[in-house]
Amino acid sequence: MSADLIHFFTTNWLGQAIVIVAQCLAVTVPLLVAVAYMTYVDRKVWASIQLRRGPNVVGPFGLLQPFADGLKLVLKETIIPSSANGVLFIIAPMITFMTALVAWAVVPFDNGWVIADINVGILYLFAISSLGVYGIIIAGWASNSKYAFLGALRSAAQMVSYEVSIGFVLITVLLCVGSLNLSDVVLAQSGGFWHWFFLPLLPMFVIFFVSSLAETNRTPFDLPMSEAELVAGFHTEYSAMTFGLFFLGEYANMILLSAMGAILFLGGWMSPIPYAPFTYVPGVVWFALKIAFLLFVFSWTKGTLPRYRYDQLMRLGWKVFLPVSLGWVVLTAAVLQFSGWVPKP
Amino acid sequence: MASLDRTARAFLLTELVSGFALTLKYMFKPKVTVNYPHEKGPLSPRFRGEHALRRYPNGEERCIACKLCEAICPAQAITIEAEPRDDGSRRTTRYDIDMTKCIYCGFCQEACPVDAIVEGPNFEFSTETREELMYNKDKLLANGDRWESLIAANLQADAAYR
Amino acid sequence: MLLQALAFYVFAAITVAAGAMVVVSRNPVYSVLFLILAFFNAAALFVLIGAEFIAMILVIVYVGAVAVLFLFVVMMLDINLTELREGFLKYFPVGALIGVVLFAEMLLGLGIVGAGSKTIAGLNAQGAQVLAIDNTRAIGRVLYTQYFYLFQVAGVVLLVAMIGAIVLTLRTRPGVRRQKAGDQINRTKEQAMTVVKVPTRGGV
Repeated sequence: MSADLIHFFTTNWLGQAIVIVAQCLAVTVPLLVAVAYMTYVDRKVWASIQLRRGPNVVGPFGLLQPFADGLKLVLKETIIPSSANGVLFIIAPMITFMTALVAWAVVPFDNGWVIADINVGILYLFAISSLGVYGIIIAGWASNSKYAFLGALRSAAQMVSYEVSIGFVLITVLLCVGSLNLSDVVLAQSGGFWHWFFLPLLPMFVIFFVSSLAETNRTPFDLPMSEAELVAGFHTEYSAMTFGLFFLGEYANMILLSAMGAILFLGGWMSPIPYAPFTYVPGVVWFALKIAFLLFVFSWTKGTLPRYRYDQLMRLGWKVFLPVSLGWVVLTAAVLQFSGWVPKP
Repeated sequence: MASLDRTARAFLLTELVSGFALTLKYMFKPKVTVNYPHEKGPLSPRFRGEHALRRYPNGEERCIACKLCEAICPAQAITIEAEPRDDGSRRTTRYDIDMTKCIYCGFCQEACPVDAIVEGPNFEFSTETREELMYNKDKLLANGDRWESLIAANLQADAAYR
Repeated sequence: MLLQALAFYVFAAITVAAGAMVVVSRNPVYSVLFLILAFFNAAALFVLIGAEFIAMILVIVYVGAVAVLFLFVVMMLDINLTELREGFLKYFPVGALIGVVLFAEMLLGLGIVGAGSKTIAGLNAQGAQVLAIDNTRAIGRVLYTQYFYLFQVAGVVLLVAMIGAIVLTLRTRPGVRRQKAGDQINRTKEQAMTVVKVPTRGGV
């Protein structure tokens, strides 16, 4: 019986299709639950930094709050402005949401736990995260509104600018690993947290984290949404579930960038101390803990820092991060070359 | 040396780190939020909330229809009509307060010579329709009956300062 | 294999259709969006022939950066569509000629007309067999050995283009006050303020 089942799932095209769909669901469903609870944790963290309580009414400790919010968004009426470009207006939030989800195809959750173990995993992640900008820019244009358009321009320019420094950070990590495969990146960091890349590449880790704040339009780089000036940035005209998709996409992107940070710098699924009691914990738990830590820092940052001005944001991206990360790429390459630490292919 | 120190501090992001440490410290401080519907903040005896018309202990209504409150009301929220009652005493036949106009200045209770109209300690009287906020004499007297003990205690607590 | 062929024809058809829509569609924003669709499907085609590195670079560079800039410019434009259409017939022969020349060059380059059976897929399979390494490494080996000088020259050309663009658009205006972050950070408490003992009724 079991042999038959294995045969069915490995050779029959229907069986393979079922396996693929099941894999996608196994990643997407926990991800969406994580997104829902990320909104909750976010609000709780900001609340406690401001000495407030945060959501605590819906369910025990307010744990059902995200579902109440989701239900509200689903039940509301979707308003499409009469002067908006209907098709693109609807497509834009879908693009944002989809790009945030498809990137997870290459993320390794544990040794071998990855849907598509492709050779250019890092480039795939980078390419997909650079597609997210289209959802925003199309939304801004299709809304046919000044606020939305200005917000979209700011947001898109910001994301494109900080992608450059993220690219250099990726290159540094690649130099140290010698492979574009994400599983190889994690395996290169095996053996305790002192082998993880965040220590030797600490400046790049900081740059990566700050750039991912900018990529996801989070404080202190949330000026595309800045409620005070631009109402809500590119999604000013969006309501109900179209807005909900943007919201979900934004949080899924945050989780994705945290996962990237965990893989590139915090040793992915590796346990921090490679000895007995710690290694019993499954790798996926360590991975989730690392992502959770980075997400907490995201929320913590929002509770701590004020918003940047636009010219300061661009100055930081182009005049500080770009030269520093470029210099660090050269430095890393030189050190690897002259110390003979170049990873063997 | 000082410039080197400053540069090192700038590159090590000391200011950011200290800021983050501060917010982290605050995260674990006790919350200051009052968990509102379950707990409420303290109210001053002078708190000016929902209006009430009081009665004497024998059940006779205090208001003598002098209309001082109507005259002083800056929002012109009070409407009074009066005529002698069967026993010859002067009493109101109509005492309306438009709570949507009222600005809760408390002039009416200051003006009242017999402490009949007062603003009680109740602040939870929101309604779902506008009409429910047009208070008439019955509603105000009912308020007075309901809140009398608290109102009397408040008046007594504040009496020393009047 | 059937699935692969099917995927190829789907992606190829979408690429060609999107390419046609770039030229045909009336709204320039739609043109750019179709261009992005074409890029994307071209990347998918690259993946199909096993050139995943090129595919990802195509998405990162063209879809992720270049097309965004196109979109920026096109969205900002206030285009009068009828005016744009006026010269269509006049320019059509020139455009068609350029198209034909490009197409012919492509055919020649692919060797379908010239050297017989050397298709890209065939070349790729050959290369992969010979080197037995993934194509990221293969490209790196060729790029940094055989074509090293050309690679460097391409870099210099891009650098010159960038500097040229900066020089053309740079305006130095006198009397502009800019934020100097370094000065602000370096300012100390002693420089920023003094404690003054103010006598009563004396003022500062």
